[in-house]
Amino acid sequence: MSEILVLVDHVDGAVRKTTAELLTLARRLGEPCAVFIGPGIDSARDALKRYGAERVYVLDSSDLSDYLVAPKVEALAQLMASRSPATVLIPSGAEGKEIAGRLAIRTESGLITDAIDVELGEGGLVTRQSVFAGSYTVIANVTRGTPIVTVKPNSVTAEAVEGAAVEEAVDVAVSDAAKTARIVERQPRASSGRPELTEAAIVVSGGRGTAGNFEPVEAFADSLGAAVGASRAAVDSGWYPHSYQVGQTGKTVSPQLYVAAGISGAIQHRAGMQTSKTIVAVNKDSEAPIFELVDFGVVGDLHAILPAATEKINARKG
Amino acid sequence: MKVAVCVKYVPDATAQRTFSSDGTVDRGAVDGLLSELDEYAVEEALKMRDSSDAEVVVVTMGPEAARTAILKSLQMGADAGVHVLDDAIHGSDAVGTSLVLAKALERLEPDVVLCGMASTDGSMSVVPAMLAERMGLPQVTFASEVTVDGTTVRVRRDGDTATETIEANMPLLLSVTDQANEPRYPSFKGIMAAKKKPVETLTLADLGVGVDEVGADAAWTKVIAVEGRPPRSAGTVVTNDGGTGAEQLVGFLAGERFV
Repeated sequence: MSEILVLVDHVDGAVRKTTAELLTLARRLGEPCAVFIGPGIDSARDALKRYGAERVYVLDSSDLSDYLVAPKVEALAQLMASRSPATVLIPSGAEGKEIAGRLAIRTESGLITDAIDVELGEGGLVTRQSVFAGSYTVIANVTRGTPIVTVKPNSVTAEAVEGAAVEEAVDVAVSDAAKTARIVERQPRASSGRPELTEAAIVVSGGRGTAGNFEPVEAFADSLGAAVGASRAAVDSGWYPHSYQVGQTGKTVSPQLYVAAGISGAIQHRAGMQTSKTIVAVNKDSEAPIFELVDFGVVGDLHAILPAATEKINARKG
Repeated sequence: MKVAVCVKYVPDATAQRTFSSDGTVDRGAVDGLLSELDEYAVEEALKMRDSSDAEVVVVTMGPEAARTAILKSLQMGADAGVHVLDDAIHGSDAVGTSLVLAKALERLEPDVVLCGMASTDGSMSVVPAMLAERMGLPQVTFASEVTVDGTTVRVRRDGDTATETIEANMPLLLSVTDQANEPRYPSFKGIMAAKKKPVETLTLADLGVGVDEVGADAAWTKVIAVEGRPPRSAGTVVTNDGGTGAEQLVGFLAGERFV
């Protein structure tokens, strides 16, 4: 069976949920093989095995992590040459797309970004993408080289299947040209204690309607075990950090439940959340376009409704 | 110093965008404009010129109407434009796009190539990386803050898990987010001046790109089908009359097993 390479998304060995999802997808297509780059394989090993990696290619060279994507592109290109995988899966996201873009040109391979599903059709790999703020689905395939596909988080439910996880060390040479851009400082983001926005099963976002007070949004999110997001209007007003922005120029989320509180639902916001499974909105303006999308909506003031709902949910949990 | 900015002419995101029968974006169906996210790239280039003696050239490819994107950039203050106009380009994927742009950019020998973070139509965000690969340039993408010191560029990048400071030397490729700056509006003077600024129109032959290297047939990916997503079925919208909104909301969430 052909190998399917999965680029592992991790922070110092803490494997992110997207990797488990990609390994699950890879199993449908062939033999899932993880590509682990950077320090921390000891912490990552169990997770990769649990989600079905049959092989784990390891490039554990911490001095390379200063050089952005170049070593990762080089490592993947080498593995594509030596292992002839049927497909390469990479998590969608700023870094993933950058790696994929360079890799596609270097290996003369077709690239599909932001896939929401990947399956084997009659003529090979077939992908689905959600475009134009979720109003169309594009079905496509790769016609040249080895298909390289970046996959959106939450596109599949990760399934635990024990893999052999046979390890093999990989070595790469990084060209001097690639070393001319380097990370001189790295400030890890302070943890909010909540789930990561793009990975969360439930997201509660606040917008202009919060008037700068995110307390009701955060408390409601915590009662549901949800991540907190924000609209561009809220971020531009300085009410919430940009890293929590949901929408075209922020994060794209696709959770089981998305709650929009005080968000009107402009097209730019919808582009970031329209593929959510269930959508709920609370907004004072009954004419707000967000209500066209909802499964359930409440016309009213979030400052009254969210705290009352939080109290009821917490009471249920006893 | 020379700064080249890649800009794209896109269908207005607030209009009803559709596809043509050949699976490409129907660019004639709605009004087009300079991609909003490219305005940040133009602004960043103009900031570089304001603080040094840089020349700012905008580069685009696309149909006749794509000249609109160049014109808007010139009105904002860019010095010159390059428009690659050739019927064979229609249907090109990111690979073909990056090939044409790379050839057009190489002629300019820029110190900095600037791009937006994504187009507002295709929104793949991969053309900058592909350009860097083709041109052999280091890339620093998704910059939220840019500082130039001589030939060194320092940027702040807000990633998923960390905020990074990245340093690189020219020549390089840079893409900026909508956090990087506040794009200026064209002034009346800028609008008048733009009419006299040079715009060079080039064909694929001028760039030495074969017509068989671009377009839908040369793409490394193929659209098999485009399906309109069925509109979401209308949900229930209740009012908060008598303060029952919270109760109804929790009732819905419980029914869907979220609580």
